[in-house]
Amino acid sequence: MSPARSATPWARAWQRLRRRPPALIGLGTLILIGLLAVIVPMLSPYDFATPDWDALLQAPTGTHWFGTDALGRDLLVRLMWGCRISLLVGLAASLISVLIGVLWGATAGYIGGKTDSLLMRTVDVLYSVPFIPLVIVLTVLFGRSFLLVFVAIGAVSWLDIARIVRGQTLSLKNREFIEAARALGLGDATMIRRHLLPNLLGIVIIYATLTVPAVIIFEAFLSFLGLGVHAPLASLGTLVADGAHHLKSHPYLLTIPAVFLTLIIVSFGLLGDGLRDALDPHEAR
Amino acid sequence: MNALLTVRNLRISYRGERGPLRVVDGVDLDLGAGDFLGVVGESGSGKTQLLLALLGLNDGAHVEGSIRYRGEELVAAPERTLRHLRGAKIGMIFQDPMTALNPYLSIGTQLTEGIRRHQGATRAAARARALEMLDAVHITEPRRRMRQHPHELSGGMRQRIVIAMTMICEPDIILADEPTTALDVTVQAQILTLLHELRARTRVAVILVSHDLGVIAEVADRVAVMYAGRIVEQADAPTLFAAARHPYTEGLRRSIVPLEGELPRRLPTIGGLPPNLAALPPGCAFSPRCGYAGERCSREPPALELVSAPDVAPVQQHRKACHYEGPLGRLAP
Repeated sequence: MSPARSATPWARAWQRLRRRPPALIGLGTLILIGLLAVIVPMLSPYDFATPDWDALLQAPTGTHWFGTDALGRDLLVRLMWGCRISLLVGLAASLISVLIGVLWGATAGYIGGKTDSLLMRTVDVLYSVPFIPLVIVLTVLFGRSFLLVFVAIGAVSWLDIARIVRGQTLSLKNREFIEAARALGLGDATMIRRHLLPNLLGIVIIYATLTVPAVIIFEAFLSFLGLGVHAPLASLGTLVADGAHHLKSHPYLLTIPAVFLTLIIVSFGLLGDGLRDALDPHEAR
Repeated sequence: MNALLTVRNLRISYRGERGPLRVVDGVDLDLGAGDFLGVVGESGSGKTQLLLALLGLNDGAHVEGSIRYRGEELVAAPERTLRHLRGAKIGMIFQDPMTALNPYLSIGTQLTEGIRRHQGATRAAARARALEMLDAVHITEPRRRMRQHPHELSGGMRQRIVIAMTMICEPDIILADEPTTALDVTVQAQILTLLHELRARTRVAVILVSHDLGVIAEVADRVAVMYAGRIVEQADAPTLFAAARHPYTEGLRRSIVPLEGELPRRLPTIGGLPPNLAALPPGCAFSPRCGYAGERCSREPPALELVSAPDVAPVQQHRKACHYEGPLGRLAP
């Protein structure tokens, strides 16, 4: 125990995370891909939408590092745009689903009784809705839209978080410090904000790192089916789908986006695994 | 006596699989300013439930009878009323200091939480008061402790912090639920001394609940012995130890390990098992385990009756709930 400065549980978690190479590699890879995704399209002379009829399906060269697609568009730029979209969808949809899930689950667990039953049965009902067919029907009805992808993904992924947070809240409620806080005469809002949420945060962060890749895969899946983002905009899913058409003749169109997709997913997995160990307050130093 | 807390015929029951489960059954208590009441009993005797009821914290329980704090009825009082009392007028110290503090908040934040809520103190005023309190519970380097988190402190220190948290709003009553059970013996003594010292200085009334008669003996003025949700004997502490009149109290007292003299070859225990609240005998709940039990004991529950002369002050009155009138002690091991 360091005598000089007093470490918060968060600082200690960060110290523990720093000692886990796989988690750091995951974190580093994600930051690198994120930076590249932002910078490369800004510096590149090409843009993601304009076809170049003189450079169709070129293999990787000095001018087009990752080659070009069937419309002569630079794959590197399109790939980086794909990473942007996929990461954005992944992070934003996860954030939304975490917010809804935590509020929903914490309320159910904290209040309990009839409220709990009502909220959790709602979750059960939503769970039973077959979402892929629903999304397909919605796309047919309203056309392809970015927003729809968000809504569809958000609607599915908060359910798990709500369940986990509810379970965690129930077990926290029986801990003595929660009872001690009640014995101090604190109101419900203060109890939830000061005593419940900070103790839920660890598990929520861990679960969020698992949700992000799940969402990215789900988006890629929707895009692969042609239900995702609009052309000419690309996500990793649409790039893989496009690449699949030219698998025999131009395999790099499939492999390069697939490698990036895998890298992102694996990195989130490594990071989440490390976070799970690092954020466990019972973990020895 | 200036009555701070008056409990009359308190009954607490939970819904059980086969009918209601009565965990506290007709308890009367009187507490004046500066009183130190010990409540002793084994697991399941209802002592913790009694404390929780005083704060309205036993969720899901059916509470009947009357609890009056300075004349104000607390049974079935609205949550708002109770919330203003909790922490401000009646504080509670929990059993395990390892879990009674929130691991994610600094000591300072947790200490000042109550006073900022109940007295609307400013951050600076609350902080000054918290430092004062840390000093009062003999925590060294209070400034540094304020910034630390629970995991950086020892069990004894944490229990001091919990006591400081409870005392910071200057409550009239402190409810201590086995505050020393989770601590080792030397620390136990320090914590008990601290409670005693705070009581002397601030005239706060203390109800200390424990299954350890030795702990109670060290600090309490008056002792209530609970068995199966009832008070079976009540007296001032010296009387209870010198002249217990209930066989259960006698059994408890005999099972204290003597610190001096020769150790008994076998430690005396009370035979049998703690009672099953769902299937209490019709008469005295202790009768199946009692060496003095007569035929009447299994038939008719004894009432808590005065043993001492009727003219002594209420504080010194000795009461017992037992049909047996003969001398105890004939069942020496």
